[in-house]
Amino acid sequence: MVGLYTGGAWLAERLHPMLGLKTPLGLMDIAFYRDDYAARGLKHDPKRTKIPFDVNGSELLLVDDVLYSGRTVRAAMNELFDYGRPASIALVVLADRGGRQLPICAQHVGAKVDVPEGMRLRLKRDDAGRLALALETDRAA
Amino acid sequence: MQRNPQLNEKGELQHLLSIEGLPREILVQILDTAESFAGVTEREVKKVPLLRGKSVFNLFFEPSTRTRTTFEIAAKRLSADVINLNIAVSSATKGESLLDTVANLSAMQADIFVVRHASSGAPFLIARHVKPHEHVINAGDGRHAHPTQGLLDLFTIRHYKKDFSKLTVAIVGDVLHSRVARSLIHGLTTLGAPEVRVIGPQTLLPAGVEALGVKVFHDMKAGLKDADVIVMLRLQNERMRGALLPSAQEFFKHYGLTADKLSLARKDAIVMHPGPMNRGVEIDSSVADGKNSVILPQVTFGIAVRMAVMSIVAGN
Repeated sequence: MVGLYTGGAWLAERLHPMLGLKTPLGLMDIAFYRDDYAARGLKHDPKRTKIPFDVNGSELLLVDDVLYSGRTVRAAMNELFDYGRPASIALVVLADRGGRQLPICAQHVGAKVDVPEGMRLRLKRDDAGRLALALETDRAA
Repeated sequence: MQRNPQLNEKGELQHLLSIEGLPREILVQILDTAESFAGVTEREVKKVPLLRGKSVFNLFFEPSTRTRTTFEIAAKRLSADVINLNIAVSSATKGESLLDTVANLSAMQADIFVVRHASSGAPFLIARHVKPHEHVINAGDGRHAHPTQGLLDLFTIRHYKKDFSKLTVAIVGDVLHSRVARSLIHGLTTLGAPEVRVIGPQTLLPAGVEALGVKVFHDMKAGLKDADVIVMLRLQNERMRGALLPSAQEFFKHYGLTADKLSLARKDAIVMHPGPMNRGVEIDSSVADGKNSVILPQVTFGIAVRMAVMSIVAGN
């Protein structure tokens, strides 16, 4: 299992023990593979990607909080392939809000949600470690 | 008020010219980004697509193998195209001016200029004249600054010591002629290291160095006491001619780092050196190759730090 920073990583940290997976959890920051670097640059401090297992031949679950344009998943797959050639990748998301710009779909979806354009849906974590989906105005839009 | 020449109107890093004057947040951003790139350099595929299609020109008006090579590797790992120009044997000798050289390279669609020059301030001059999408990185100018070396030193210290807030750092040797020392001192004070010491003979310490916020020691044993980090500087052989020093042997006796003197520092102290080192002049081989030495990891970290600097400036 590989969780994408930051929301997907929190989710994966919950799911990984629940599923009793034996291979250690991987965490990934796709900042160096984004397709909007030319327009936006490196805006936040990227986290260090940690893949503590051999990707070659593995059956992977890729975990993110919200699926929207599909661009993050595209970047994540490119980064994963720089670690090796997985046997398969299935996508796990908490919420699918539609609006895909790439031919990407999730195999495991918590819920389909309608989110108005110009709004951003993302996972937040409070000090007690409780996770919640938050709807906010998209600053980048 | 005049804007910091390194920052754009949004306060983001546009050029890296000197650590002096950079806000703490930008130093931390560079170090954190470098930490992520350190992960990339440990992979089988050590390349990311970030700077695909960009051109990096290494403009070296002064020879340097290590710095030029690590910039070249860093640019290649970011998927940029790299062009190395050894200007010491090129147009400059035919009389072309610095700005004409840069204007010509700009016409070849450069995105980043990495500049090493014997004159202090040369990269600043270039930065003032490049187009808005072009970025300048200082790879060492005269006695003034060597910011990526300073940053990789900071990265190395943070890697081994985690936190700057309790550290005693001793910088030893020819501080007067060292752009590395100057960059590192600015970085350490900005990041909150409580005690930075410089150790050396009067003739090799700049007048008024205390104003940078350091403690001055002429006795190495006193200066090394309980140090967490020891940074040895290269003794530039050419300085001997200027009668600043009696001899290399004499220097080694007083300021060379031996196992004996190292034992006065903390047991877990790290020993650093920006290279190239003169064994038996500023550092004894047994220390350079000993268990406290992190001199070779510094070189490896230098690649990740330069990847971070290039990817941050090129994105702003």
